[in-house]
Amino acid sequence: MTRLGDDPRTARSTLETMWRIRRFEEAVDDLFARGLMHGTMHLSIGQEASATGTCFALRDDDAITSTHRGHGHCIAKGADLERMMAELLAKETGYCRGRGGSMHIADVATGNLGANGIVAGGIPIAAGAGLAYMIQGIDRVVVSFFGDGATNEGAFHEAVNLAAIWKLPVIFVCENNKYGMSFSTAKSMGVKTVAERAAAYGIPGLRVDGNDVEAVHEAVGTAVQRARSGEGPTLVEALTYRWKGHSKSDKNLYRTKEEITEWRSQDPIERFERIVVERGVLSTTDVEEIRAAATNDIRDAARRANAAPDANPDDLLTAVYATA
Amino acid sequence: MTTTDTTKTGSDAGRVITYAEAVREALGEAMSADERVFMLGEDIGVYGGAFGVSGDLFHRFGPERVRDTPISELGIVGAAVGAALAGMRPVVEIQFSDFTCQAMDQIVNQAAKIHFMLGGAAEVPMVLRAPLGSGTGAAAQHSQSLEAWFAHVPGLKVVMPATAEDAKGLLLAAIDDPNPVLVLEHKLLYRTSGPVPEGNGRVPLGKTAVRRSGRDISLVATGVMVSRALEAAEALAAEGIDLSVIDPRTLTPLDAQPILDDVARTGRVLLVQEAPGHVGFMAEIAARIVESPAVYHLLAPVRRLSGLDVPIPYAPQLERAAVPQVETIVEAARTLMKES
Repeated sequence: MTRLGDDPRTARSTLETMWRIRRFEEAVDDLFARGLMHGTMHLSIGQEASATGTCFALRDDDAITSTHRGHGHCIAKGADLERMMAELLAKETGYCRGRGGSMHIADVATGNLGANGIVAGGIPIAAGAGLAYMIQGIDRVVVSFFGDGATNEGAFHEAVNLAAIWKLPVIFVCENNKYGMSFSTAKSMGVKTVAERAAAYGIPGLRVDGNDVEAVHEAVGTAVQRARSGEGPTLVEALTYRWKGHSKSDKNLYRTKEEITEWRSQDPIERFERIVVERGVLSTTDVEEIRAAATNDIRDAARRANAAPDANPDDLLTAVYATA
Repeated sequence: MTTTDTTKTGSDAGRVITYAEAVREALGEAMSADERVFMLGEDIGVYGGAFGVSGDLFHRFGPERVRDTPISELGIVGAAVGAALAGMRPVVEIQFSDFTCQAMDQIVNQAAKIHFMLGGAAEVPMVLRAPLGSGTGAAAQHSQSLEAWFAHVPGLKVVMPATAEDAKGLLLAAIDDPNPVLVLEHKLLYRTSGPVPEGNGRVPLGKTAVRRSGRDISLVATGVMVSRALEAAEALAAEGIDLSVIDPRTLTPLDAQPILDDVARTGRVLLVQEAPGHVGFMAEIAARIVESPAVYHLLAPVRRLSGLDVPIPYAPQLERAAVPQVETIVEAARTLMKES
């Protein structure tokens, strides 16, 4: 399998995606801090490689289900930055017309079946989408993103079991960032790794450095091949870390400054930049240009989104049910 | 006294089959007509369903379309949500409606809200069928009537067929619907029979049926209480008390107008449900009546006759005492007449 950092075109697009995620999250953090954004946010700064490496192993028409920490998944799957920003800014032009907000962005057109405010809520839905594609005879796979905390929910176990017995084309991607809100995986699981839980369902479990975008891409790529060939699901555990708190209420009382510093030194974006520059695939100038372009893209998206009309309450009642 | 049955349709309405057969017929017709329709649930395959509803469908449509599942209610309902999002029309059977508690996240937080939360960008056209109600000695965890919970959640549609004809017709309409629809079948009705048209026979969601039009009391009932109310009405007719019996059929969306019209005519209201009265569905009907001009026609206070506010007990005499019976309906109607 070719690596994401082997050719300039793919390397550029990979780096561009990771920077867009980083800059998007930073912009959201800033808008929120300045009182210009409403609600709450779960930022994925530090986890850009798991979102990007995974989605780059998919085709455009493959599907994903996402989580409360889902901005990165949306962007990596190809969502429109302006419509995402508009949703967070409570605009009529947002993905959900202001009905969903940060935790419910979906983009069915790019195969994003939706973020989810319920931990593990999207995992059975991913299995169901996989079942639909199998029944329809369509060559599509589904990635279900979830965190380490979700693997202690019944929904995870029921859905992985269903996917295993029916050999569904699903890849279960656990972004293990060490904490379910404040509760560490060392305390929340009787097993040492999430990946070994796969054995209970008779499917492969892979564990990968989630801050290495190429490693994530390779592991998920292997799982995608297996799913496409009808051999069924794989559980991929990507070890990563969120730099920011769980959400806006987090005072970081459960982890040390040293731990955060240590993980920040493994910045997935810097690591990939270093690799592609060392390989001579991109120059330092290229890298700087990509970073600056991402900053501009996000600034433009925020500016345009902010100029859009506010979400309108007039048709709230008629928006509840679909009409035939 | 006049008796009307507004649900009778077509020249073949004379054919009589059971409620369970009617459900099976709807499932078979829907799967034959639309390859997106498939069933999933526990023991619906070779076993034929816990209440025998799926019967021979497994042999007719095969294991892909009549899909046996492990005992994983949350997983099953979630899989149906995902399949619906991806273009299928799944019909889930949950063996007992009590077990929907195991799947509540997928029903309430996912299926009900996805269309709205996503700003209309996706639809969840799925049906969840589940038997509810007491009367089988199955005790507190296999006998509840939880319809009010679901009717309280925006985004869900809730159907309670009371006749064989509606069991087929409402299910066909539910499968057509682009929203999640819960079809709550009463387990005591599965073996009852009634006229059911062959072919189509769709009964639109959101249409109240006036089963019997009377002079003195507007009785509103759901599920198995509809047939008990009709039996009570026959007994009361001999005493000169003439009841309307009104069956909303669809709890959400609710077609309240026929109820309000009838109340304005009779001036007396008796609301009968099997579920506990406290915060039950009939409290909503009572509220609709007193919020409408029908309230000016009331000759007596609105009266509810509900299940006791207790879990369904096991012993037959206790179970019987916990929910309205024909004789308690008769007694409640007599009392209501005396009050006015």
